[in-house]
Formats: sequence, structure tokens, C-alpha cells
Amino acid sequence: MLEKTIIAQLEAVAGKENVLTGKVDLVAYSYDATADLPRQVPDVIVLPTSSEMVQQIVNLARTNKIAIYPRGAGTNLSGGTVPVKKGIVLSFQKMNRILDVDAANLTAVVQPGVVIAALNSAVAPHGLIYPPDPGTVATATMGGSAAENSGGLRGLKYGVTKNYIMGMEVVLASGEKVRFGGKTVKNVTAYDFSNLFVGSEGTLGIITELTAKLIPAPKFRRTLMGVFKTLVDAGNAVAGIIKAQVIPATLEIMDRMTIRTVEDFAHIGLPTDAEALLLIEVDGMSEDVVRAEAEAVMQVVTTNHGDLKLATTDQERDQLWTARRNALPALASLNNTVVLEDATVPRSRITDMLIACEAIGKKYNLTMGTFGHAGDGNLHPTILCDKNNQDEMSRMHKAVDEIFQVALSFGGTLSGEHGIGVAKMKYLGDELGLSGLNLMRSIKESLDPEYVLNPGKMVPLREV
Amino acid sequence: MATTQISQGIRPQKTYHDELEIVREELDKCMKCGNCMAVCPVYGADKVETAVTRSKIAVAEAVLDGELELDDPQVYEMLFNCLVCKSCMTNCPTKVNFDRIMLALRAALVRKNGLPWLKRMIFSTLKHPRLFDAGLRIGAAMQSLVFRGDKSGKAISPRSPFALVGGAIGFDAERQMPGLTVTPLRERVPAVVKVNRTAAKMKVAFFTGDSLNYFYPDAGMDLIEVLTANDIEVHIPKEQSCCGIPVLVHGDIDTARALARNNLDTFDQTGCEYLITGCGSCGGAWQHDYTEIMAADPVYGPKAEYWAQRTYDISTFLTRVIALRPPKGRVERVVTYHDSCHLKKTMQVFAEPREILKGIPGITFKEMTAPDACCGSGGSYVLSHYQTASTIGRKKAEDIKQTKADTVAVGCPACMMQILDTVHRCGGEQEIVHYISLLAESYRTEKTVDSIAK
Repeated sequence: MLEKTIIAQLEAVAGKENVLTGKVDLVAYSYDATADLPRQVPDVIVLPTSSEMVQQIVNLARTNKIAIYPRGAGTNLSGGTVPVKKGIVLSFQKMNRILDVDAANLTAVVQPGVVIAALNSAVAPHGLIYPPDPGTVATATMGGSAAENSGGLRGLKYGVTKNYIMGMEVVLASGEKVRFGGKTVKNVTAYDFSNLFVGSEGTLGIITELTAKLIPAPKFRRTLMGVFKTLVDAGNAVAGIIKAQVIPATLEIMDRMTIRTVEDFAHIGLPTDAEALLLIEVDGMSEDVVRAEAEAVMQVVTTNHGDLKLATTDQERDQLWTARRNALPALASLNNTVVLEDATVPRSRITDMLIACEAIGKKYNLTMGTFGHAGDGNLHPTILCDKNNQDEMSRMHKAVDEIFQVALSFGGTLSGEHGIGVAKMKYLGDELGLSGLNLMRSIKESLDPEYVLNPGKMVPLREV
Repeated sequence: MATTQISQGIRPQKTYHDELEIVREELDKCMKCGNCMAVCPVYGADKVETAVTRSKIAVAEAVLDGELELDDPQVYEMLFNCLVCKSCMTNCPTKVNFDRIMLALRAALVRKNGLPWLKRMIFSTLKHPRLFDAGLRIGAAMQSLVFRGDKSGKAISPRSPFALVGGAIGFDAERQMPGLTVTPLRERVPAVVKVNRTAAKMKVAFFTGDSLNYFYPDAGMDLIEVLTANDIEVHIPKEQSCCGIPVLVHGDIDTARALARNNLDTFDQTGCEYLITGCGSCGGAWQHDYTEIMAADPVYGPKAEYWAQRTYDISTFLTRVIALRPPKGRVERVVTYHDSCHLKKTMQVFAEPREILKGIPGITFKEMTAPDACCGSGGSYVLSHYQTASTIGRKKAEDIKQTKADTVAVGCPACMMQILDTVHRCGGEQEIVHYISLLAESYRTEKTVDSIAK
């Protein structure tokens, strides 16, 4: 428990209505969307309404050695917002104003609590989009998704969050406020700070404002589905599409287990004897180009023995997407604990990775379905288990260990889009080595020597 | 789990209303993904995690695990800061039945501590319809002391000094409400309304609910008129009582069950095959809640299941069970339609009222943005949480304004009250009507035109 005087000071800074200490409040901020993590209640939740307020709170926390856990909507999947060392949860839900939409410069300036979908609604009348689209667009905040460097379904063609953050205002652990970047397309002044803070998971500074890049909304699109009898055919089709020099906006894959579960769940007429399914969407500004790309994709699918389904209306497109949209809900309905990983491999190793995942599931006798973004090598092996079954939980942990080992052995990475947080911290050395860990530490400690900001995440705490 | 067992033909010993532990299965389904945040109206207004569904589930888990006390004042406050609008359930990937969780928690709370005295007093009168009826009549007679009527005579507002006292819960001078009526619907009509001229095609029972009976009897009359215009005989049993939803959502399961039993018996005696409602909450009670609260009852369980299959919102009945006589009278209005939560999310009724409205000559139909976003009423929520309810309501009023409609059609009296108040506060002039009244208006206009032509 924090001393009463600290709470009083926080109330003086943020206003009584923005400081929450009730038992129920504490429970409500003790978790995020990550499965299989112990919950931890914080000491207090503060809802700042300005960056100056954030500065004062940081100063107060640093002086009194209290941890600060910044939080957007709390929808991340790596434990990034769980207050493992108690202290202050800094919730940005009230800093949710869109400050500027500049159609001439294709930029928007937002406060960190703005929900991604709200930004997209605001820029839609200008014919623009903010492309990063994690599964949680309707709830996740710009600050949270920048801190986590969220990806999404359109990553292959449009990139991820880091490609769309042009500038920021950040409050450092020192209490200083720093602004960098802005509306210019080119900017090589100083270090590339945006790319340092994007994906820093709140461990280096607290984002209090963002300048986001917008692009014109694609005018045309074609959606199709390829159904394959073997994983190898599906993998070859993915490679073939890229080889045909088509970069689809979406290139999603689902394995047999996922297909069957989705079919049982939603009854949409998926072929349950198929080994893999690809959902492909090409888009662009020219109808001719989009048509030509779709035709090229169709040819690749057919060449690789895939059965083709083409959507010609919005309704048909929606039907094809239903399969993908239901992948996680359908798998999740199988048991009470959903462990959703995001091991990522080079695109050329997708088939190998799918085969390896299936083998690992079998080896540990687990229910596991794999789906994900085949186009960028980012897979979601999803294990369904019973949290009350200790034996199954321990087999699940072993399987997860092995999934990461395999991904790394294929030249892949621990996380494509969910981040390290608490959940994957122990594997960090496997990918980065000791020198990499040391580099992480020196960056962290030069900016936040006392580990005030999101301690216990991404950078392992020093043993005391 | 109660429902799984029913589907296998086995009746459980207890329902989740009787034992909190039974909802654990629902709690386990929640992944804390936060999709509920995108649609929860209370979260949209309050912007704190404690407002949203997943945190209420986390708190329920903490209660079951003994980490929090159910009757902790904060737990209590949180439990009642929910409209039970079920919006979260439509956006839940793992299909958590959050209504069960909320009702189980509230019922457990009442089991533990009893009802607060004010609720106890009000709810107990519901079990005695005559007493309740007398109370509301006295209220109707006295209301002119406390409220003043508006120019149109369709709404009332509090007079000062009452407005000063009531300001805190929204009963200020700006507040508009439908007036309590001195002659309730069920007294305006006989127990059986016969069809004129021809022989009746069919007979149906009409469950009026209290809101249509006391606050919007004209809409109730319109509903009966529409049915008879389609050659359908309407039974309106006098002994029917409140549907029970208002007490069920406060955890008073005993009163809810007593009301359900009375209603089930009363409608069994009508000998009708169809039960018609004009309110999403009432219809939802018959279609859904009665089977849940009576699941363990060997006598009333089967009765509830019987009626659940035979209950229809008036719009569904007119468009899916029979083919309504196409209206010919012109109704020159620009109309938008608000999807009441219980109508859309419990009864799955949303296409039918639109079909009816679009079929009325003269009506220009304008869809609003987010027609199924909650209006903020939540029954008594608007009284206990007026500020949040207003924030939610303002959004609805704004969406209505954008359509430039002159009429807002609604299928649920509670929403009509809330929208009347919020639209008025936001400076709107739109008329708020039950959609069935527009159909009745068209039928009436065609009669007038017919008689002139003759």
C-alpha cells in the first residue's frame, strides 16, 4: 500500500475524480488480455488529462520509487500492462482527443487514448485511412498500439504501426517532456526517436501525443479463397503469389484444426477435409491493376492444386472473411484458456513452421490450431487448455518453449506483433544473446535508471 | 449449467439465480479480450475500466474466490452501473452470457442482504396488482401538482420547486416524460376485443406490460387497432401483471418468479396460441427470461417453455406469422428508427419494424448512425445513474438529429421515455412514437380517405 500522503499528492495533481483506489478499481486494472498470467492489483490508478499532469506524476513516482504502468485499453497479449510491481497504473482513457487531421500533409495528431477505429472514422471523410489494423482496432488505443508496435492483417502490404508514427511527445522518467518528428515526410534530425519509442512497451518513456501518417484509402479490392489438400501446396501458393510480384493486402492461412473448428462453430460450409485454407485480398487505386493482380493470384492457386472461391459482391466477401474472423472465437470456445502465440518466421519457412506446430501439438497431446498472416510469416499457434488441469498447463508451457525454439531455428523471431512484455521475457536471450540483452539494459538504464517505467517488462530486472 | 441440462431434457435443481457458483462456467468463457469496450455504452460514457463488462467479470471471479465481498459498497455500486442492455453480448467472441452473470450477482446480493427498503416497498406492490394499480392512479391524479403539461399535451415536466429537488436525478424543469394516465389501457378495452364486421381469422393474447398500460395506453390502443384491422381477435386478460424484468434486474428473484407464475397462469387461460408484445423487455421476458428463472420448476418450467415458443413482438407477428394487410393511407413523415436493446439483442427483432415502416405510403425512412446503440434508459438505470444515462442519451439525440427525421419510431416504451427526454434536452422537436402507431395512423387515414371517396 502506498502512503496516504502519496495518494493525496496524486489527487492534488490529477484531481480527486481521476485517482482511483477502491478495491474494485484495483481488481479492474489487474489484468490485460493475456492468458495464463497471474493478476496483480496496483496501488492506485491515475487517469491523467494532460502531459503536464503526466510529468508531475512521473516526478512524484520517481522521487518516491513507485512503479508506473502506462495503459491504453489493456488489450495487449503479452502482459504489457499488468502492474507486476504494484504502484501506479497510468490509464490514458481520458486523453482521447484527435487534435488535428491534416489532409494536405496526410497526417493526424492524436492524444494517446484515441481508439484506432475512432481515428479511422475521423479521417474517412477525407478519403484517408490509418492502415495498422490489429484485431482490436475497435478498442485498442493509439498510444498502446504504438508502445506495442501492433501489426495486423494488412501488415504484408501496408506495414505495421512503426511505419506510421512520424512524431511524438514523450514524458521521460526524468520528468522532462520531449517532442520529436512531425509532419514532414523526411526527417533525419537527430536519432530516429520515433522508432526507439514505438515498440518500447512503455519501458523508456510515456507517450503523450502522436503524429500519425495517413494514406489514401484503396478504391478497389478483390477477395478470394484457396482451399488446399496439402500444407505444402498452400505454402507453395504463398511463395508463388509473391513470386508473381503481387503483394496482397491480406494473405491469411488457416490449418486443418482451425478450419474444422470454425466449421463446427459457425457452419459456413468450409471443406473439413482440407489441410489448409488461404484468404487473399488484393487492393489498390486502379481497377485494372487490381483485376490483373487477382487473376495472377487465381492462377497461382490453381497451379498449386487449390480450389478457388471468388467473392464478387460485398456480401460474398463478408462470407469469405467470416472464416477468418471466427478463427480465434471458434478455437477459444473449445476450452477456458486460450494461449495465443505469435512466433514469426521468414515467409519461405511458413510451411515448415505449420508442420512443426502440428507435430508439437501432437507430441504434447494438446488441442492446438494454427492460423495467421502467411504473407508476412507471422503465425498464431493457439493452444486451448484447461487452467484447472495442472498437467495440461505444464505440457502447454513445454510446447510454447518448443514453438519458440523452432521459430528461432528457422531464422524467425519470438514475436511478430504481440510484444515481449512479461510473457516472453525469459526467451529474449535466446534470440538476442548476452550482448543483445546488455544493449537492452544500457538503453533502458540510460533513460530510466531506477526502473520506474513499466518495470518487469521486456528488460529483465537485475537480480538484487 | 441450467440451460445445457434443459436442452438434454433434465431439469436442474437450482438456477444461477439461486446459486452464484453456477455462473462460473460463464465467467470461464471470458478471455478479457476487451471487445466489450467497443460497444459498452456505460464504458463509452465513463471511460473507466470498472464500467465495462470484462472488469465486472473479473470482480465476479474475485467474489467467487473470496477476494472481494459481494456486499462491499464498491462492488454494489459497480454491479448496478450496468444497463443490462446486452450490447457486450453481441460483440463477445466467446459468447459469454453476461446477462446471466449480472442477474446471478444481483440475486446473490439480495439473498445475502435483502432488498434495500425503497426497492422492497415498490417491488412488493407489484405482486399485488390492485395495490400497484391504485398507487399509480393516485400518482396520475396528483401529477398535475408536481408536473406541468407541455403545449401538445403529450408530455409533462416537473414544476418548480419539485424541479429543484429532483434536479440531481434529472427531474429538473427541463425533464420531459409521458404523463401517467388516469385510465390505463387495460381499463379502456374489454378483456376480448372482437373483430368488426367479418369473422376473426385468428385470436391472439396481448401482454400489455406496465409501460403501455400506464404510460403509453394510446400506443397500446394502436396495437389492438392494428390487430383488429387485420381481422384478429385480441384477448387482453385483466389479471396480467408486470412482466417482472424491472425486479429481476434488481435481483428480486422471488417477486420475478411470482409475477411470472401469475402471468403464465393468466395466459394459459386465454386459450390463445400466440402471445403478442409491444415492448422488447416484456417480450424478452416471455421469450427468454421466464424459461431461465423457471428452469428448475417442474410445473412452471414447461409452461414457460410453451409460451417462449409462442411469443412474438407485434412486428414479427405481422410480418412473419401473418402477412399484414398492406397499409394504404399516406403518412407524410420522415422517420428514423431506434433499435431498443431488448428488442434487437434479446428478441432479434430489427428487420421487421423497418419493413413495416418502409411499407407505409408517404414515409421517408432515414437510418441513423448506430441505430442499435443503447439510448441510456436501462429501465431504472436512468434514475440511479442520471449523468451517465444522459451522456449516452446525448449521443443518441445527436444521431437522431443528423437524420433530419421529424419522427423517431421506437419499439419499447422505456426507450420512448428516455429518447423523449434527451431529444428535448438537446433542443430537438422530433415526435417520439411507437412504430405500431404509425401503422395504425396509416390504417386510419385510409379509412378517412375511403369514406370521403364514398
